Amino acid sequence: MTTTDLPAPSRNSVAGAWRRLTRFDLGDSAAHGITLLAGAGIFVLVGILLVELWVNSSVARHRFGWDFLVTSVWDPIAQHFGALPFLYGTLVTSFLALLIAIPLGLGTAIFLVELVPARLSDWLAFIIDLLAAVPSVVYGLLGIFVLVPVIRSAVEPFLRSTLGFLPIFQGPAYGFGFLAAGVILGIMVVPFIVSVSREVLLAVPQEQREAALSLGATQWEAASQVVVPYARSGIFGSIFLALARALGETMAVTMVIGNDPRIRASLFSSGYSIAAVIANEFTEATSTLYIHALIELGLILFGLTFVLNALARLLILATVRRGMVRP
Amino acid sequence: MTRRSITNVVMLTLTGACAFLTVSVMFYILGYLAWHGGSALSWNFFTKLPAPVNSAGGGMANAIVGSAKLLLLACCIGVPVGILAGIYLSEFAGNTIASVLRFTVDLLNGVPSIVIGIFAYTVVVLPMHTFSTLAGGFALGIMMIPISVRSTEEYLRAVPSSLREASLALGAARWATIVRVVIPAAFRGILTGVMLALARVAGETAPLIFTAFGNNAWSQGWTQPTASLPFMIYTYAVSPYDDWHRQAWAAGLVLVALVLLVNVVTRLALARKMPLSR
Repeated sequence: MTTTDLPAPSRNSVAGAWRRLTRFDLGDSAAHGITLLAGAGIFVLVGILLVELWVNSSVARHRFGWDFLVTSVWDPIAQHFGALPFLYGTLVTSFLALLIAIPLGLGTAIFLVELVPARLSDWLAFIIDLLAAVPSVVYGLLGIFVLVPVIRSAVEPFLRSTLGFLPIFQGPAYGFGFLAAGVILGIMVVPFIVSVSREVLLAVPQEQREAALSLGATQWEAASQVVVPYARSGIFGSIFLALARALGETMAVTMVIGNDPRIRASLFSSGYSIAAVIANEFTEATSTLYIHALIELGLILFGLTFVLNALARLLILATVRRGMVRP
Repeated sequence: MTRRSITNVVMLTLTGACAFLTVSVMFYILGYLAWHGGSALSWNFFTKLPAPVNSAGGGMANAIVGSAKLLLLACCIGVPVGILAGIYLSEFAGNTIASVLRFTVDLLNGVPSIVIGIFAYTVVVLPMHTFSTLAGGFALGIMMIPISVRSTEEYLRAVPSSLREASLALGAARWATIVRVVIPAAFRGILTGVMLALARVAGETAPLIFTAFGNNAWSQGWTQPTASLPFMIYTYAVSPYDDWHRQAWAAGLVLVALVLLVNVVTRLALARKMPLSR
């Protein structure tokens, strides 16, 4: 201990009082102050982030107003900018991603919690967690050279010949486009759904399962009708979290979506997403209006993920708490 | 068998298939990278500068050094702020402030990396009138903060309160208790958190595109643009040249190997479950 070799403070003298102050209160106040500064710094940082996005998109916001959100023209030469094609691309690819990731992730989580011994479950969950650690640019690399050729030569022809009567499965098979971006995003967000869902499923009290099984439910019925509904708000939380990830994901999408700011119904066609257009055009943007339009897109993205993340946190918190308190 | 038990078997098998598929994606990625990247990897990759198109034998030495410099800067920003704020959350903050701060940290963690890039552009690149290593390191540093805060807090909280009480009972001040008892007890955990944060930002490309930019030669200093491994992978992968594609695979293998190695070693060394950095 640092303090044991110092003379003990006497309670009555002024010097003793001063020593007590330096030994206890001042050091503590300083430590409190310094760490508080770091904490407050984070608040300030998020504040400045918001202000910078707001201020640096002002020209575009004043010029286009709310029309920015519903204009489908993106023409840097005519200086006319609208966010609709990018919103469309972001939402379509994220929706596709969830379509893949929800069943896959939820199925995996149920398997890991309900059927596998705890040790093996931890190991498998660890391996799946590593999927989230793979950099997104590497997913993009694999997307370009592995996924896109497969989609072009096998998946898209197959979908066209079986479900081709639907407008979303029509048109030439390029490989690059909404479908490729959605699939790669789906793979990327699965670990988030698995990890959080597994956590909330593990928090479901064992009695819930036992009660269902003792009433004669099969294991699947206990899992699907008792355990999953019990943890449903946490599972929704994991889905929102995955959605927020998918919306903001940049590199992998940029590399496979085809980068064409047009709204087309077919999933085979090229598109664009908010994050991708910022990544691609930011360094080429020459006019202030152009830059501000791109930053306004960033602001929209920030707003979307902000809302989704907040919702996700609240839902997960609510479920995990409920699991801790015995009903 | 009744219909219910058939459903049971079928559905449980399907969940198993989901798990198998998810886990095998990881092994597929590893195998594919090892196969393609391994054949393109050579000593030149680590020691030479990028070669012009169509002349073989180039490497990515500048990108490796560039990534190291960016990560060093990121640590200088992310680690002190992250650890101090983590200490504040676990040792000083009242309940209300703690939950508000925790929420803010989580939201910062959820901000898309491209938006962090815009932020670094407006506050560093615009005033300096140039893309720079500093701006890239700043962007990565911000991304490190939330992960280090949450892991520091978590591991400090895991230190038994009896340790704190013993120290306080011996007459140590709170700050002395924190510095000499609590932090040493949680040191390995805090280090793990920092390493995982580092591993995560090491692969980030989006915040570097318009901050650190790229550079085909050695970076001339902290205020100049620099190459980095993830950005090289991006530019090489979308280029039309086969040589560059091979280099991109090699860089991808090196990056993934580094990131996964850090993840596996830190998590195994700690032998305690570390939640996914989400």
